[in-house]
Amino acid sequence: MNIIKLLEHFTSANLNNIPEGAMSRHQAFKHFANIGKGIAMAAAPLGVAAMASSKSHARTMETPTEALQLALTLEYLEAEYYQMGLDSGVIPTGGREEKVFMQISKHETAHVDFLIAGLGDDAIDKPTFDFTAGGAFDPFNEDSNVSEATSYAQFLALAQAFEDTGVRAYKGQAANLMDAPDLLKAALQIHSVEARHASEVRRIRGLKGWIVQDTRGDGMPEAAQPVYDGEEVTMQAGFNTATDFGADAGTEAYDEPLTGTEATSIASLFIVT
Amino acid sequence: MKKIDVYPKYNRDRRSFLKAGGAGLAAAGLLLTGCSDDDDGGNNPDPDVFDLGSGDLAVLNYAYALEQLEADFYAKVFSSFYAGITTEEQTILTDIYYHEVIHRNFFKAAISGVASESQILPELEFDYGDLDFNDRSAVLATAKALEDTGVGAYNGAGNLLETPEYLLIAGKIVSVEARHASAIRSLINPDSKDFAGDDIVDASGLDTAKLPSEIIPVAAGFITTPFTANNLP
Repeated sequence: MNIIKLLEHFTSANLNNIPEGAMSRHQAFKHFANIGKGIAMAAAPLGVAAMASSKSHARTMETPTEALQLALTLEYLEAEYYQMGLDSGVIPTGGREEKVFMQISKHETAHVDFLIAGLGDDAIDKPTFDFTAGGAFDPFNEDSNVSEATSYAQFLALAQAFEDTGVRAYKGQAANLMDAPDLLKAALQIHSVEARHASEVRRIRGLKGWIVQDTRGDGMPEAAQPVYDGEEVTMQAGFNTATDFGADAGTEAYDEPLTGTEATSIASLFIVT
Repeated sequence: MKKIDVYPKYNRDRRSFLKAGGAGLAAAGLLLTGCSDDDDGGNNPDPDVFDLGSGDLAVLNYAYALEQLEADFYAKVFSSFYAGITTEEQTILTDIYYHEVIHRNFFKAAISGVASESQILPELEFDYGDLDFNDRSAVLATAKALEDTGVGAYNGAGNLLETPEYLLIAGKIVSVEARHASAIRSLINPDSKDFAGDDIVDASGLDTAKLPSEIIPVAAGFITTPFTANNLP
């Protein structure tokens, strides 16, 4: 199973037909500006009793294997991103940030190995990534016209976007693993590690560790908004989370899922083949 | 293997309820809100002590117990912050207090929607012994333990749930608990890898996952209201 097949499965708007190049990537960003808007509807209050009688509501179309293949795609992306970041020299050495990214890198690499082992013959090959997204970013300071400070700021911003995407993507796949309890447990154990990472990266960037409404936070390019769309939900199973302390606290207290299609669409911006 | 079920949903629930033996009654049991109390598997040795119940109800009550504990702890922290607290620490601890109260109130409302009053875990009482709420390191160490425990508890309870919607809700909450744990750990030991340290994340990059039987005795150290979890592993 190759990445293209997987992407075709997840991506209804078939990105693979878009030719390479900065323009098409730019169009892709615009194209996905609406990703995530649907999740708010999907999470509309039904009441727990109504929810409990609807087996299909939280389940999407993915099989356990497809759910793990999506997870592996995201882990490949993260593992390569942090390794390149550490190799590039953009991360300041000798302090908190180097320790943090070495730890995150170690975990993402371990997640890749774990998922490859778990998938066995169903493991997909590593895609070819382009972390500049067709020239939109320069997180590893490969462009001499971009200052190292700018590159590092972009590196941090993308790291946050990838971690928050990971958290939301695993959450969106959990119900698809219910028939495989051991896999579900392992996926949850990875999911909470991604959330630990996300919190720390966000705090390094001067933000709260948790997501406020659907804000992406200062210094985050607009292209990353799909990572946060849908996080503004305040109704959880008929309960209004904004009642006690307002909508900021209510939305911070719950992270929302991304569908396989949404998560894949975000990842696709950084995948060449 | 799934077979196609041509029966309407409520029939399927009733059938699975009738078929189910003991634990794992799940939504089927939950939907039968008219259940009498002695439908709990019949193995509660002490009718005066609340039992969390069985199936998804038990897991929801279990989560409710943990959220009650967290909310109570942070309420005490919030009501009188420890000496020398920084602005950053106050913001984080206030946010976490809000989140845990929201989680607690959510579970009470959610369980109330699917179970009778007698099946809902009552409001628990707590005792923190000689914990000094005016001592930064004692408060943060307890917060860290509670958050890590919460993450491990939700991770270990996920595959006990039968209803996808409950799993999704648990997933929405557990990642926020993990964000808390990371922030608290980072406050305790800044400029380190402790936010996701090797003491809590194993060599495969996996966080902890613990069963209720491993969590409840630990949490019970702070909880003075007795309850049992006879149908949870």
